[in-house]
Amino acid sequence: MKRLRRIAERLAEAALTLSGSIASLAILLIIVFLFKEGLGLFGSSAVEKGYALCVHSSNPVEQLAPQQVKQIFDRELTLWSEAGGSGGEIVTFRFDELFALYSEEELGESYELIPQRLGEVIARTPGIIAFVPEEYLPYHNREVKALPAAKISPAAFFGGREWLPTATPAPQFGVLPLIMGTVWVSLFAILIALPLGLGVAIYMSELAGARTRKLLKPTIELLAGIPSVVYGFFGLAVLAPLIRQTLRLPVGETAFAGSLILAIMALPTIITIAEDAMRRTPLAMREASLALGATPWQTIYRVIVPYASSGIMAAVVLGTGRAIGETMAVLMVTGNAAVMPHSLFQPVRTIPATIAAELGEAPAGGAHYQSLFLLGCILFIITMLISASAECIASRNPGKEI
Amino acid sequence: MIQAKDINFYYGDFQALRNISMEIAAHTVTAFIGPSGCGKSTFLRLFNRMNDLIDNTRLTGECLVEGENIYRKSVQVDELRKKVGMVFQKPNPFPKSIFENVAYGLRVNGIRDKKYIARQVEESLKAAALWEEVKDKLKKSAFELSGGQQQRLCIARALAISPSILLMDEPASALDPISTSKIEELIHSLKKDYTIVIVTHNMQQAARVSDKTGFFMLGELIEYDDTKNIFLKPEKEQTQNYITGRFG
Amino acid sequence: MNKKTEQKIAFAIFRLLGLLVAGVLFWILGFIIYNGISVISWDFLTAAPAEGMTAGGIFPAIAGTLCLVAGSVTLAFPIGVMSAVYMNEYAGGSWVVRFIRVMTNNLGSIPSIVFGLFGMTLFVNTLGFGDSILAGSCTLGLLVLPLIIRTTEESLKAIPSSFRTGSLALGASKLQTIRKVVLPMAFPNIVTGLILSIGRVSGETAPILFTVAAYFLPKLPDSLFSQVMALPYHLYVIATSGTDIEASRPIAYGTALVLIAIVLSMNLLAATLRKLK
Repeated sequence: MKRLRRIAERLAEAALTLSGSIASLAILLIIVFLFKEGLGLFGSSAVEKGYALCVHSSNPVEQLAPQQVKQIFDRELTLWSEAGGSGGEIVTFRFDELFALYSEEELGESYELIPQRLGEVIARTPGIIAFVPEEYLPYHNREVKALPAAKISPAAFFGGREWLPTATPAPQFGVLPLIMGTVWVSLFAILIALPLGLGVAIYMSELAGARTRKLLKPTIELLAGIPSVVYGFFGLAVLAPLIRQTLRLPVGETAFAGSLILAIMALPTIITIAEDAMRRTPLAMREASLALGATPWQTIYRVIVPYASSGIMAAVVLGTGRAIGETMAVLMVTGNAAVMPHSLFQPVRTIPATIAAELGEAPAGGAHYQSLFLLGCILFIITMLISASAECIASRNPGKEI
Repeated sequence: MIQAKDINFYYGDFQALRNISMEIAAHTVTAFIGPSGCGKSTFLRLFNRMNDLIDNTRLTGECLVEGENIYRKSVQVDELRKKVGMVFQKPNPFPKSIFENVAYGLRVNGIRDKKYIARQVEESLKAAALWEEVKDKLKKSAFELSGGQQQRLCIARALAISPSILLMDEPASALDPISTSKIEELIHSLKKDYTIVIVTHNMQQAARVSDKTGFFMLGELIEYDDTKNIFLKPEKEQTQNYITGRFG
Repeated sequence: MNKKTEQKIAFAIFRLLGLLVAGVLFWILGFIIYNGISVISWDFLTAAPAEGMTAGGIFPAIAGTLCLVAGSVTLAFPIGVMSAVYMNEYAGGSWVVRFIRVMTNNLGSIPSIVFGLFGMTLFVNTLGFGDSILAGSCTLGLLVLPLIIRTTEESLKAIPSSFRTGSLALGASKLQTIRKVVLPMAFPNIVTGLILSIGRVSGETAPILFTVAAYFLPKLPDSLFSQVMALPYHLYVIATSGTDIEASRPIAYGTALVLIAIVLSMNLLAATLRKLK
């Protein structure tokens, strides 16, 4: 009997230990899965899967960067001399154009003649660049040179200014517009939320009577409890039209709308933490200041706010973290244009919104899919850094360094 | 200088001070002694209205500073506090530099003249007998000073705005004996320029530094007289009992 | 400027800010309640969407959300409570606890869309659950795990250690002490945490986007491996990409109202419970 009980205790303890390790295990798994998928992007081909690019063998061009390929097919780059080749003007050729040039008989009953015909086309056009399925590549034709597919490089990913993940033949995975979009939206959200939140925190900790506080505190908690999709809906149905009308913009779904919504969403975090920090300012500090003839307001901004500065900083950092990671509300109100932002009043696209909007359409395992996981990795790293730095700031001795 | 007439003071329902009347003359050191919870600190804090910070308090009676009732509606509390400086039980320097600590009172009172501020800081630090120890590190954080130095810094900070009265609420209770004796010397030298009221639980300290002593018990002022009378031939038995250490 | 005037202006501004923040909340709530209340009816709550989401009700979405809440809480609650018990009662103040606490905090700070990504690779693809209640519940469960651990740990910490030593002194084993003394005492607070996590789970959209949520699925789920509709996702799709956004606006208002009614009543319930004891 006793032995049985001891075994039961052991088992229970083991179960508890196991449960305790699940959060850590989850983080580990998140890292492994996210990075495994995400880093796969850098090994994958810059050209759409199953397709290849080929040129005339007289063309000395050896390899084209993904961006060049895109420019060529967009007719932004029209001369081989500008792309490191020769042959004068570039002639682009997409696979489906073949069906306009040849009849079905000429292509063969089961398309077995396609490689041959392709060879013909390429042979007679020195300036050609053809985008064709790998299976129809005329390997044996001496006049055809297949270009080795370039790999997507970290430099192109982190330095690229274009996010066109579904472009053919060469999708562009330049993350800069998304990073800039995220930075703009979050930065302005914090710029709006910080003075507001700090003001409310001061009001609650220093001015409001016990009764007002009792009303305001739950109000702020409710604000924190509203689901982000509801915020998004509110932004979409109310804020965006309001912004469009009052500022006379073509669309209301802009970075500014996103910032406003995010500011409202970040407020509870900022208010709660900043208020806590200010309430922790020792009575002795207030007394010292008041005894020297300072008014309550002078005491607040000369003593209490500086004293609580590390807590306020932590509040700002955590608020920023919430803003950066926020998905649904931003997805719904920022207009989702993955371009480099030039103004607050244009549509932008943030990293989380990109993942949410595109993952459904990205075929599993493809470059697009992997790139979205890489975005997830970036987001993961950013939020880890933010929570670490918030921890670091908050644990600093209050008022040590002013 | 300070006159209290029929003071009654309540924290909610609890009466902390009962019918206290007292006059304090200019350029004297007055000590309040008594067992803890007797109301001596509460009484001291009436003179610069520090009790205002506590909710739910009530006062009856009059408290006059330089002939003016400081609890009249028209009184500007911050102006009063400029005139009546205070030093607290625990050193409470601001988390700022030594210089900024002393300059604080000047700055919040709208003084921007840098030369004046610098001169005033120096003089206050000298008056607080701290100048020699800190003159080379005025920019350093006040937290780098020892406890005794911090308390003298707080005294300098109170002196900088040229008050006429200095209230000290057990200023040496958190300090070591050497720092304590330095503070006591300081109180002695400040007497010629300021009216000083000091709360202490240390009877030797009261005997050493004060001209007059008030003995408080359970919210009442039991006896108030010249210090030497209080300690050598007290009139009331409670005073006798307290100073001979029979209780408290 | 006189320092008095300065103070008056500053304080007036702060009062205004306080009012503003309260105003924003009431604006948002008022807007949704005002527009949504007329949509709510018995039919709306019990019928399936019809005519390309421009008519009918949201019953499948309510049912789906209930399934996901039940699933995720069933998974996360025992693990979270056990995890907190381990940290507070067993592991002492060792580095293990510090490590677990840091990891739990980190898990809590990960954006919900990252949970969505992770849930999709691990539960949907690698473990082969497919888009299903199971995958969605696992993902949401992970998301609320830190919340449950934190609230449980706080309620365990609030119990004076004298009760534990008292029980141990009577010869009870550690496990018995936890089961018979510690957990019953902490129970009301643990339940508060549970209610908070229900509120949290029912409002999350990003984690279920790619793990369970269906755009339109009038029939109710028949197994753990079915897809379901869910309230927050339903609100998202009809607000942004319905067949006729204008015509489905009333439905969106109604959905938003039902959603915040669920979430906020959970929060209020938790707040009341906390005040009660």
